[in-house]
Amino acid sequence: MRWLEATVAETVPETARTVTLRLDVGDWRGHRAGQHVDVRLTAEDGYAAQRSYSIASPPGADRVELTVERIDDGEVSPWLTTDADVGDQFELRGPIGGWFVWDGDDTTPVLLVGGGSGVVPLMAMLRHHAASGSTAAMHLVYSARTLGDVIYRQGLEALASPHRAVTLTLTRESSPDWGGHRGRVDADLLADLGWPPSVRPHCYVCGPTPFVEVVADALVGLGHEPARVRTERFGPTGG
Amino acid sequence: MDTSPLDGNGIAGALGELFAFDVTMAATTCAHCRHTQPMADLRAYVRAPGIVLRCASCGGVQLRLVQSTERAWLDVRGIQMLQVPAGTTV
Repeated sequence: MRWLEATVAETVPETARTVTLRLDVGDWRGHRAGQHVDVRLTAEDGYAAQRSYSIASPPGADRVELTVERIDDGEVSPWLTTDADVGDQFELRGPIGGWFVWDGDDTTPVLLVGGGSGVVPLMAMLRHHAASGSTAAMHLVYSARTLGDVIYRQGLEALASPHRAVTLTLTRESSPDWGGHRGRVDADLLADLGWPPSVRPHCYVCGPTPFVEVVADALVGLGHEPARVRTERFGPTGG
Repeated sequence: MDTSPLDGNGIAGALGELFAFDVTMAATTCAHCRHTQPMADLRAYVRAPGIVLRCASCGGVQLRLVQSTERAWLDVRGIQMLQVPAGTTV
């Protein structure tokens, strides 16, 4: 797979730590909801650093959107979130991965469980669900630290519909004004919110490795078939 | 330092430089424990000079990849069998 040239067309701040980059990518061959790309930055001395980022835009969108969380001691994300400006260019390879994807070609219910910036590929699935007019029931359970850390907060509200439910749970929100769920995603919350295993939903879990392990184990523990629980981990190199 | 592993999804781009199929859709049978699982579910250790993929079941090393600008070294002795679904060529 060749490296392509991406040009920043727009930058959109999402939270204090995350930015969405809208990119024009030459020779982009289209993607599926849930796929990712590799980004490579090369310094003048030839040193190159490479990281993977999920695609936030749905298939068929005019531009490729990446939502990037800044890792302060990272090698790639500080530039993407702080320095990258309209017209800047960098190398990109993708789309990558046919495993963690949702194509929307059946009406099986879909449970999406995201932790932190793990919501990004799930957002592509929600957007694809909306754009394609899917009638599959889709439910996103999204865990963030505080309300201010919720990525796509307004976009998620706009996407909510009878077929698309969004549930937030906040692990460290101190404001008493927050009337929603608090605490981490665990078996109790999933049993309350998710479909029973008898419905045989497709489950997609994305987030930091410890989050994914806990949620995937909880889903299997509730009786969901392991083969229907697809996972994507990110973490230590997410810089 | 956080040393928790990623999974096979995260290294699909790097392996895609060597393989003509989508590695996340392939399945391996572990040479150590004989467990068969999607490569997307293998544990990926990337904080090293190369990439190490370990079995999610027994932890045994299935694949090691080291790349330089001149060549790549690929050790797959931990994979007993590789299943590649038809139609997943990239």
